Amino acid sequence: MSSAELAELSDKLMLSTVVLYIVAMVAYAADLGFRRRPADAETGAEVEVETKTKTKAKVEVKVAAGVGGRGGADAAAVAVDDRAAAAAGSGAADADDASQRREVDWARLAVVLNVLGWGAHLGVLVTRAAAAGRWPWANMYEFLTAIAFAAVTAFLIVMWRSGARFLGAFVMLAAVVALGVANIWLYDSVGPVVPALNSYWIAIHVSAAIVATGAFTVAGAATVLYMLKSRREAKGGAAEGVWARIPATGTLDRLAFRVTTFAFPIWTTAIVMGAVWADEAWGRYWGWDPKEIWSFVTWIGYAAYLHARATAGWKGRRAAVLSLVAFAALLFNFFGVNYMFSGLHSYA
Amino acid sequence: MSDTPDTTDAAPPGGRASAEVRAADDARADNETRAADDSRAAAAAGASTPQGGEPAPAGLGVLGWLRWGWRQLTSMRTALVLLFLVALGAVPGSILPQRGQAPERVADYFEQHKTLAPWLDRFSLFDVFAAPWFAAIYILLFVSLAGCVIPRAFQHYRAMRSRPPAAPRNLLRLPQSASYETDATPDEALAQARTLLRRRRFRVDAGETPGAGGWVAAEKGYLGETGNLVFHLALLALLFALGIGNAFGYRGSVLVTEGKAFANSLAQYDQFTPGRRFDSGDLAPFSFRLEDFTATYETKGERRGQATDYVAKLRYRETPDAPETRYDLRVNHPLNVGGAKVYLINHGYAPVFTVRDAKGNVAYQDAVPFLPMEQRTYTSEGVVKAPDAEPEQLAFYAILWPTAVSAKDGKQIVSAFPAALRPVVTITAFKGDIGLDSGTPQSVYRLEGIGKTLHPVKGGQKLLEPGQTFTLPDGSGSITFEGVREWASLSVNHDPGRLPALVAAILAVAGVAASLMVRRRRVWVRARAAGDGRTVVDVGGLTLGHPTSEFDDIVTALRGPRDAAGESGPGAPATAGSGGADASATEPKE
Repeated sequence: MSSAELAELSDKLMLSTVVLYIVAMVAYAADLGFRRRPADAETGAEVEVETKTKTKAKVEVKVAAGVGGRGGADAAAVAVDDRAAAAAGSGAADADDASQRREVDWARLAVVLNVLGWGAHLGVLVTRAAAAGRWPWANMYEFLTAIAFAAVTAFLIVMWRSGARFLGAFVMLAAVVALGVANIWLYDSVGPVVPALNSYWIAIHVSAAIVATGAFTVAGAATVLYMLKSRREAKGGAAEGVWARIPATGTLDRLAFRVTTFAFPIWTTAIVMGAVWADEAWGRYWGWDPKEIWSFVTWIGYAAYLHARATAGWKGRRAAVLSLVAFAALLFNFFGVNYMFSGLHSYA
Repeated sequence: MSDTPDTTDAAPPGGRASAEVRAADDARADNETRAADDSRAAAAAGASTPQGGEPAPAGLGVLGWLRWGWRQLTSMRTALVLLFLVALGAVPGSILPQRGQAPERVADYFEQHKTLAPWLDRFSLFDVFAAPWFAAIYILLFVSLAGCVIPRAFQHYRAMRSRPPAAPRNLLRLPQSASYETDATPDEALAQARTLLRRRRFRVDAGETPGAGGWVAAEKGYLGETGNLVFHLALLALLFALGIGNAFGYRGSVLVTEGKAFANSLAQYDQFTPGRRFDSGDLAPFSFRLEDFTATYETKGERRGQATDYVAKLRYRETPDAPETRYDLRVNHPLNVGGAKVYLINHGYAPVFTVRDAKGNVAYQDAVPFLPMEQRTYTSEGVVKAPDAEPEQLAFYAILWPTAVSAKDGKQIVSAFPAALRPVVTITAFKGDIGLDSGTPQSVYRLEGIGKTLHPVKGGQKLLEPGQTFTLPDGSGSITFEGVREWASLSVNHDPGRLPALVAAILAVAGVAASLMVRRRRVWVRARAAGDGRTVVDVGGLTLGHPTSEFDDIVTALRGPRDAAGESGPGAPATAGSGGADASATEPKE
């Protein structure tokens, strides 16, 4: 295939990706919204999650037993982990056979569409790379496309490992918005890179930045949910409607934390590798270029979050706010710095 | 705790014990350490009144206040606030132009904001990263960090050398616990536990509690705290490396035209920024000549005219008597010479002109660097100054069109491509006093005093191709456009802190990864004979952060295949605290 044909294929795959993600988003939302569940699911979810510490677990078991008994606990397992659902399903199925079956369908549809979209997304990057004969993240369009890919990948991994399907609708929304922005405002045809980007460091530095940004996006989605859920819990009306299908604040908090602890060292690596590259390309390893400043601000923000989460009086909502501030700095670093300031990273 | 002063030496001075960096620490560990901190605080307060032997009720005294201040500074809350301030303080550095990066844009800002700019300058907002207030924040932050991390490093060192802590009395109260019966004797069961835990790379100790039987204590995961400490100490090292680079290094930039040479001495630089401790004797005595500069551009497609490669062919000597070596200087491929690095930063055109005065004498002959006006076409402008021309000095303003074509209206010229495929210059001639004799420095890219001391020559405008000469209509001289050369601007940079900074950065990354991935785990095993000739084995686990499935694996391995069917003591399920193997298996380490 010629370069032009590959580029065209890449653009067509992009369209398929967006369509698949949109449908997957709807399916995830339906999974959250239309699934009928016992009212005590909330408490049950608590059990699954809080069994980490013995004392808490005992308390939660009592609560669950009081409110919903065995059915509640089983339903909670459904919410948190599909595999657990398969094991525990029979119990819940007694409670509501028909709706259980429908629920599995929505979820399965969403996951299948998501994986198909992910495959198309991978195809977008591969064909783009083949068409250009280089790493496919050398301009803002490609960079944002790759970040969306990393975010979806991170979500699929998190879903596979800890069954966080509830995040699906939100991550799909973020991916669709990112791809929309990339296609509408940032689209750029396939072409060679400026000499400064012609280095193997693009494979290291930019890839690390993409992976970290993708993971931070998933952590950000979990943190936003945490904030909304904890506000509802504070008001006392937690376990109704969609909210019942979103796990307890403890799970969300821990999920966000776990993904952040994965992303933070990678982000650190991205900054360090960027410094090494800057030393090769620009003659200094750190020069307070706007991009460097905002990477630093983002790094400090997440470092503060990690510290705050281990500090009495700061964990919980305060730490979550720090995490969101850091995520905002990350987004600003991507959009604001490239379009508002002129600096050495202005390649777009 | 008590006020006894003698406890102070046991406690590190003001540790930010609350798991400062240990983001993975959970509430329990946090509370434990904080409680320890409180007792330390009480001890410290007690120690501040050594003469009386009793705490002063009204005030703490100078020493007490110092200790209090130190504990505040090294507390987690202060560190968080300082982290936040560093981030916040960095922001204006990205919004306002900075002298260190773009002094010319700072000057522009002063022009445009005549009242605001001096005020911003008073707060060093154009030199944010060299500002006293910024330095104050990060120095406080690093002192706070050092005050926490260094005592913790000693603590950790001691902990690594000491034996694992003895088994608590009731293992079943620990966050993770299990109990089972076995046919083996207590000694056999304990020996088996020791072997198993050793094989799992735990540090193992054993002992006996009178009345409660023998126990095995095991601990592992020191790498987490080690990584944590390495990370923070590496950050300190990084700051020092930056400081060394700033103090002893230098950075200079120089514009070299094809065919010209450069020797590394202060006089040859266009711009030179030395470190505070820099000595001009530190300049390595290398020299180089720019043989040729080539820029390659995309010739087809939508990106026509985009640069794809730059090469500056150099011949350099490490020392004046060293042999000459060739080097192709490219972006991303700096030249290492004499401990300094030479970088290719920018490029442009330098048309060559010969200026003759009214008498026909050559008043000027050289390549004149022009500055690009736009990157896409590389249309460039520059001036030629011929102060030696007689009777009147001559000056020319010129625009170079690298690939000249006529514009769509057919009247004007534009450049269609950045490479010099069909170079053309348009000349505007001036005569009079250039102003160089006054001694005030002038830009070599601009004419000054136009309309005052320097007057345009009537009919003195002309388009020239290479080789063509323009004789000024008033007979005051002529100018010949000989051809086009290229210039490259190079940056020479010596930074002795570069390598230490790299080492520190690598240690920091390795440290932070270890600290977020590895956690300290403790496991205790107790075995005692039950009445019926069997042995009851209790296993307890304590993990910083949230429990992992490792404990369940250990218990399963300890019980062995024959007991796996699972008879557990009444009220104490096999894996009481961990919520079942399935749940914890899906819960990777935090």
